[in-house]
Amino acid sequence: METAQDTLQQTETKAEASKTLFKGTGSQVLLNGLIEEGVTTIFGYPGGAIMPIYDALYDYADKLEHILVRHEQGGIHAAQGFARASGEVGVVFATSGPGATNLVTGLADAQIDSTPLVCITGQVFAHLLGTDAFQETDVINITTPVTKWNYQVTDAKEIPEVLAKAFYIAKSGRPGPVLIDITKNAQLQVEEFPEYVKCNHIRSYRPKPKVRVEYIEQAAALINEAKKPFVLFGQGIVLGKAETEFKAFIEKTGIPAAWTILGESAIPTAHPLNVGMLGMHGNYGPNVLTNECDVLIAIGMRFDDRVTGRLDKYAKQAKIIHLDIDPAEIDKNVKADVGVWGDCKETLPQLTKLVHENKHEDWLAKFREYNQQEIDQVITPELYPTSEEMTMGEVLRNINEICGGDAVIVTDVGQHQMVACRYAKFNNTRSNITSGGLGTMGFGLPAAIGAKYGAPDKTVIAIIGDGGFQMTPQELGTIMQFGAAVKILILNNRFLGMVRQWQQLFHDKRYSFVNITSPDFVALAKSYYIEADKVDDRANLRKALETMISHEGSYLLEVMVGRENNVFPMVPQGMSVSEIRLK
Amino acid sequence: MSTENTIQHKIDKADLDGKQEYTITVYAENRIGLLNRIAIIFSKRKINIESLNTSPSEIDGIHRFNIVITESYEVVRKLARQIEKQIEVLKVYFNTNEEIIWQELALYKVSTDEIAEKVTVERLLRQYGASAVVIRKDYTVFAVTGHREETDALVKALEPYELIEFVRSARVAIIKDSAGFHEKLKEFEAFEPGEELVENEFLDKGEKIFTM
Repeated sequence: METAQDTLQQTETKAEASKTLFKGTGSQVLLNGLIEEGVTTIFGYPGGAIMPIYDALYDYADKLEHILVRHEQGGIHAAQGFARASGEVGVVFATSGPGATNLVTGLADAQIDSTPLVCITGQVFAHLLGTDAFQETDVINITTPVTKWNYQVTDAKEIPEVLAKAFYIAKSGRPGPVLIDITKNAQLQVEEFPEYVKCNHIRSYRPKPKVRVEYIEQAAALINEAKKPFVLFGQGIVLGKAETEFKAFIEKTGIPAAWTILGESAIPTAHPLNVGMLGMHGNYGPNVLTNECDVLIAIGMRFDDRVTGRLDKYAKQAKIIHLDIDPAEIDKNVKADVGVWGDCKETLPQLTKLVHENKHEDWLAKFREYNQQEIDQVITPELYPTSEEMTMGEVLRNINEICGGDAVIVTDVGQHQMVACRYAKFNNTRSNITSGGLGTMGFGLPAAIGAKYGAPDKTVIAIIGDGGFQMTPQELGTIMQFGAAVKILILNNRFLGMVRQWQQLFHDKRYSFVNITSPDFVALAKSYYIEADKVDDRANLRKALETMISHEGSYLLEVMVGRENNVFPMVPQGMSVSEIRLK
Repeated sequence: MSTENTIQHKIDKADLDGKQEYTITVYAENRIGLLNRIAIIFSKRKINIESLNTSPSEIDGIHRFNIVITESYEVVRKLARQIEKQIEVLKVYFNTNEEIIWQELALYKVSTDEIAEKVTVERLLRQYGASAVVIRKDYTVFAVTGHREETDALVKALEPYELIEFVRSARVAIIKDSAGFHEKLKEFEAFEPGEELVENEFLDKGEKIFTM
């Protein structure tokens, strides 16, 4: 009986499905799928091998907004900025060959910073694969090491299922970039497609485990006995949307917490337990006290070498608890005494339940002592300089005062990035967008464009150096055409500052090819019909920043800062975190 | 704490920093490109794959890779986790030689005249458990199945007698302690996997095979 019923039900379902069959091209079914996945914005650039998809897109203008970037690298960084600001999956279109290879930097960046992306690349006709056809490149093999998953579609019938898998893989577990390469014949192929079904299970893929109580109990026991516990948190909190759970955990236990640059805005800068930044240019206390704490609780971070410094002198005295969703991260760089494998959205509340309420006043006071030293020796001179030359820090201080910590700050890579991360104030999560793992110069401008689409109600400020800006300035064209109201702040020290700093400190001031000249940035912006201004003395700084921020629409402000300023504190490469230098 | 136990158990078996041969067994979907995805996990770290075999497994549609490398326990463990992280990989095991039964197949082509003339060759072949696969007027092909040392030893022995061609297959290995993959697969296919699946070395595996 039951079997008969089952069969009947199955037949009914089939009949229903056939009613909703969609007849159309692979391109159309792809775009339908994107809409089903909730996509509204696509960053892309057309070309020969992706023309059928663009042809179909012509009829979807009311549902899918396509932002025509000026270079595919700009497109993928924009999608990254979008994903980081919004928490949604970023979508990119590019053609075969050079279009696809231009995505590689962005893929590598998204892979190392766990950013969910779905990239669609066109490919030559299936019958031409392997013939070195025009604009053919082996995209799947080129992108394998820099994607969480990739797949080549040669038959349109595969498109709905592959797209559903792509979205599921990109955003679940530890997120990451996914690439689908679709041959031109599959884009053109006309088929009858069943209703789009979202993917929520792949048998060979376990995005997160069922949390085991043993882990939690062992971790709680260590935390409850700890006299000097210390929390290090990373982007895992943000990716797991566990900001509230994290706050509850540190507030109950009273444990001081320091962040990696990708974790930065997970809790407000002003939170009393937020003790600052970890790593090479992080704060004094968090670095020194890493080697004095008795229990180190790492949450959603991966012990990058820029965070740990010399590993054999890293927190050797401490018991290590490591909470991560990716089991490959546990024990990878720092051996954990207790590895808590799981989604911190689930593990943190369980842990919070088992830990005792506590206040670590004396221990927190130690952080404050070190902080005072840093304020006196580093922070005050940087934020309130007495020199004639402007510092990057005072620019950031003014931004904090004007925006009050509510702006989304997107940075490029280098000295300005470290200064921005050190001094910017944040009230809200997903406000600090930067290329952390890969350190991609040229990331800032396009990522800020994407971030504006991802967080349209926020003020988005792109802070970029004179070097990094010159890597992707073409995206001013995207702003010009589509009007993303991005505030571009160029901190110009007429050097490739971070490399120059290293050459000064470690290469006897042999300034080898770090002296970089710039075009007239104001004139450049104006040639793209973007309002712009330049400031080279302190008296005009505040006013110029206020004008930029209150300006409707996009704006570029160039600020001339001291040529040979350095970012301190600094943990020199190969040294221990406790050997951090204040000058 | 079980963590300590399991790790201690491994340390006892092999010096933690000392390199030794490990056989990595990967259960995976049969998908184009996956071999490359797995291979680059090794090449990214400049680790040489000594032997690599792909074959069907006990389950229809699921592929089994056997990869042999000489590395320390720590390195192999990290590699295994990176491999298991790949979307189409179901499960990764790694084992020392004591924990597996393994074989390699070697083929030897020798001149038929040589072996017909020289009795010692025949004796050699018997001694090494070789079987004749093909006997032609001009040459004979022998096959030997066994461990590396055994197949290597016969190469040495045949060298004086005009060994025309020699080839050896990759290692195939069965894990002594494994109960196969049928039960695990059911877990993988279930939407809510049971605890069996989330086992890893932080927990209670004790003397059992390593699994993540």
